[in-house]
Amino acid sequence: MSTSPRLVQVRQHILKRNDEAARALRLRFRAAGVYAVSLVSSPGAGKTAFLERVLSSLRNGYRVAALVGDLATDNDARRLARAQVPVKQIITGTVCHLEAEMVASAVEDWRLDELDFLFVENVGNLVCPSTFDLGENLRLVLFSVTEGEDKPLKYPTIFNTADAAIITKIDLAAAVEFDAAAAQRSIQAVRPGMETFEVSAKTGQGMEEWLRFLRRQQGNPLG
Amino acid sequence: MHELSIALSILDLAEEEGQKRGGRVAAVHVKLGRHSGIVKEALLSSFEMAREGTALAQAELMIEEVPLVIHCSACAADQTPSSAYELRCPVCGALSHEIVIGRELEVHALEIES
Repeated sequence: MSTSPRLVQVRQHILKRNDEAARALRLRFRAAGVYAVSLVSSPGAGKTAFLERVLSSLRNGYRVAALVGDLATDNDARRLARAQVPVKQIITGTVCHLEAEMVASAVEDWRLDELDFLFVENVGNLVCPSTFDLGENLRLVLFSVTEGEDKPLKYPTIFNTADAAIITKIDLAAAVEFDAAAAQRSIQAVRPGMETFEVSAKTGQGMEEWLRFLRRQQGNPLG
Repeated sequence: MHELSIALSILDLAEEEGQKRGGRVAAVHVKLGRHSGIVKEALLSSFEMAREGTALAQAELMIEEVPLVIHCSACAADQTPSSAYELRCPVCGALSHEIVIGRELEVHALEIES
């Protein structure tokens, strides 16, 4: 004789394990006084070129390091190492995003208290990384002028979970007839109030303004 | 395709809770917010693959999609936007900073057979 199944309330967050790992990381970052910034974008948006420029600019006044997630190669890590700061590759294999535990094991043997900034470059992907908290203080979403002004509307979840947007390759804006006002409307529709910076890693345009913002955030990490 | 790793987490969680309560898990009820970053169809097919050979090989995955609710500070009220993704108040048209409901990604309940 079979009885009908009973319904049991569970109410467990599916990403509990990642959230716990992210929380532990956040506490570690805070205790060490390091400001953690993650970067997400689609493949080819220019994350690595942007980050290379950021690392080189900050290196003179701050102690900086970077982690870079990639599916298979360590090309990005080798590029970033040209900025002469500590860089470590996280090869994710078939996993399309970074998880908090991957970041935790990558920094396990690092002296975080000897750093001011830690940058974490996620795998090039605008979907999967949105779900995973990495314990970062600031999540940056990047897209390039060649990707279209409506990118934020197509990927609202990642834009909504980000803290600031970077529009890259702004030196190509005229060539691709990039409509900056339309891009701004798309961003504000999915993440009202988000700060946006238009930059070119190639010419350096807009970098100073973004770095000013970053330094201000780092000085006031909870604000 | 991060739905597969989500499906594996659901299985782990449901198996653990099922063991605690003693019985066979017949169904897993999951709540999915519009801004959870998870696609329902992809999660269903990932779950079907992932459950093979586990204690939950026969278990059904029941997904409830939770509609988006934002808080509109101009109206001082919670509202459901007319567009699923644009965070605009349907009453006054103001954009909202605050998602009240929409990030859910939780195992809500289990159906357990003794």
